[in-house]
Amino acid sequence: MSRLAEEFLVAAAQKSADLTHRATIKRNIDSYDAAVAKGKMRFVDWEAARARAAQVKSEGMHSLGPLLESFEAKIKARGGHVYWAENSEDARQYICDVAKKHDVKTVVKSKSMVTEEIHLSPALEKLGIKVWETDLGELIVQLRNEPPYHIVTPAMHLTREQIRDLFLEKMPSDVQGETHQELVAAARRFLRRAFFSAEMGISGANFLVADAGMVAISTNEGNGRLTTSLPKIHVVVTGIEKVIPRLEDLGVMWPVLATTGTGQPITTYSTLIGGPKTADEVDGPEEFHVVLVDNGRTEVLADKAQQELLRCIRCGACLNQCPVYRQVGGHTYKSTYPGPIGSALMPIFQGQQDYGHLSYACSLCTACNSVCPVKIKLSDHLLENRHKYVAEGNAKTSEKIGFSFFRWMAMNRSRYEFFGWAGRKALRVALGMGVKPEQLGPLAKWTKYRAVPEVPKESFRALWKKENGNGNR
Amino acid sequence: MDKRVALFIPCFVDQMQPQVGLDTVKVLRRLSFQVEYPEDQTCCGQPAFNTGQWDSARPCAEHFVNVFKAFSQIVCPSGSCTSMVRTHYPELLKQSVLHEEAVAVGSRTFELSEFLVRVAGVSDVGAEFRHSVTYHPSCHATRELGIYDEPISLLQKVKGLDLRLMPNANECCGFGGMFSTKFGMVSSAMAETKIANIEATQAEYVTAVDPSCLMHLDGVLRFQKHTPKVIHLASILASEASL
Repeated sequence: MSRLAEEFLVAAAQKSADLTHRATIKRNIDSYDAAVAKGKMRFVDWEAARARAAQVKSEGMHSLGPLLESFEAKIKARGGHVYWAENSEDARQYICDVAKKHDVKTVVKSKSMVTEEIHLSPALEKLGIKVWETDLGELIVQLRNEPPYHIVTPAMHLTREQIRDLFLEKMPSDVQGETHQELVAAARRFLRRAFFSAEMGISGANFLVADAGMVAISTNEGNGRLTTSLPKIHVVVTGIEKVIPRLEDLGVMWPVLATTGTGQPITTYSTLIGGPKTADEVDGPEEFHVVLVDNGRTEVLADKAQQELLRCIRCGACLNQCPVYRQVGGHTYKSTYPGPIGSALMPIFQGQQDYGHLSYACSLCTACNSVCPVKIKLSDHLLENRHKYVAEGNAKTSEKIGFSFFRWMAMNRSRYEFFGWAGRKALRVALGMGVKPEQLGPLAKWTKYRAVPEVPKESFRALWKKENGNGNR
Repeated sequence: MDKRVALFIPCFVDQMQPQVGLDTVKVLRRLSFQVEYPEDQTCCGQPAFNTGQWDSARPCAEHFVNVFKAFSQIVCPSGSCTSMVRTHYPELLKQSVLHEEAVAVGSRTFELSEFLVRVAGVSDVGAEFRHSVTYHPSCHATRELGIYDEPISLLQKVKGLDLRLMPNANECCGFGGMFSTKFGMVSSAMAETKIANIEATQAEYVTAVDPSCLMHLDGVLRFQKHTPKVIHLASILASEASL
């Protein structure tokens, strides 16, 4: 078992026993559920919208190269720069070089999971650059020195009281009260100073529109627009899979993303950006860069069985719906993308050996499949990952031997009957002798949390033979 | 209609919950089906498949297909095991010579409530069960097989039964096969959430079409000394008025 797997086991057990955490997450996800249920009612046919969204993303994926080139050409024609980064290091290096060239001292960031994925902020900070997260949730976790808990709602695990205490410690002069509104106002005052001093703004992208050559960003707090228009340099960092063919596709993608993300009809700010400020424009950056990050995505694309994972629009619906995520929480995964989509992607991006355990941390309830707005069959990918995990030789030896024995037994009725009988007999004798459940060997993992099941004397097939039989019908 | 059915009794029902199998037989016979139990059946291979051990799962699946291919209607008191055959065999046996046969067998394999309501067109099986009951719609039965209304319509026709719907019914109970032992604490925490929803109905019993969910829930219910008891749908349908 990898070190990460062992840590996951311990952290998952601890978190699921934490009743305060359970209650906080339940409260937040219950209100999300209610908002989304209402949001879906706004569609004449939600299922049709889902099917269309899946198709748009699928088209994007199948023509990924040409669409990205069309996007690139349009951006360049407007004086923007486009950089194709093969991996995290490559992307970080490019962005750091841009920052160094312009002697950047302060960076403001709007929300972007890809920058988390490529560990951008630590690289900038190493250069002595101050980096501020400007999405409220992201700022909160940044001030707590934590990674985001959730891909859409990074501070979902915290209560207002915890945030008040944090703000009182980190920005005492900005806090003028304790209500939700006053805490938001404190963050706003705090962030204004960052916005006005920053030379560089870094944002993510929700969609890259190929035909228009535009970056589409959905935000709710206004920080996205300040990040992309106030500083003199704007850098968009995005995964290559964000590309969609046509501007009109946003007609379905924007409302679908907003609905499954938060239950909104559309996010408060829907922004399209196509390049640096033009001569006749008042606002906007002087320099505009788009960093297209591959970082394993073309490998996913090459795998026919798993390429549909690239349809993901990072709405977070599968996390919210996942009963395992709700018990263990976002930090336990120790991965940029937690929950079902993370458990499907991380082993592919980072290797089965280190992250394969995440594919097993799932009861295969398939609730995620039923809510995914682009119809990714997440549970099938977790099964496929498990298959790969085993095929690559990562399974425990005891498990391998166990299943080889199981196969040998199940291929033959007499063997199956004998071992079934013997197993039950042994269990009955042991329990009869007063052996404690925790001494039951492999069964102890079951009885640690559950009462011992009643062990029947006879199997169904034995009773069938005795009382019914195929002759007596 | 064809009155012959072949019984597919999942391995852990065979070994640990024989009563569920017997009650399935009782219900089918009451509706004058001729029940046959192909005795060469063992395990459908789901535990190995879900663990990623497809090389171990494949021979089990092929064995299953060979045992059942001669039967025109196969009935199983488990949504999850039915779904293994119908939903996952086609992928698992993609390269097998038995692939087509597997797809065909899958289309003839039915979960009990699905068979009774959709295939046989029966919702009143002549049962009587004078207790309050809540129904847990299990994950594979609902989301993989699309079985939502069938168990409810059967329960509604049981004489004396007081059916109570639970909140957040479609949430997983936390069993998940090997998941329940690999991640025991998470699994039991999920059961606690489910149990809170069961208890909100104040029903005496929780029922389901999946004996594996019930085995897990029973374990946690008794371990934590909760009052509700578990009972498989087949056992409710097999119940008759006591004289």
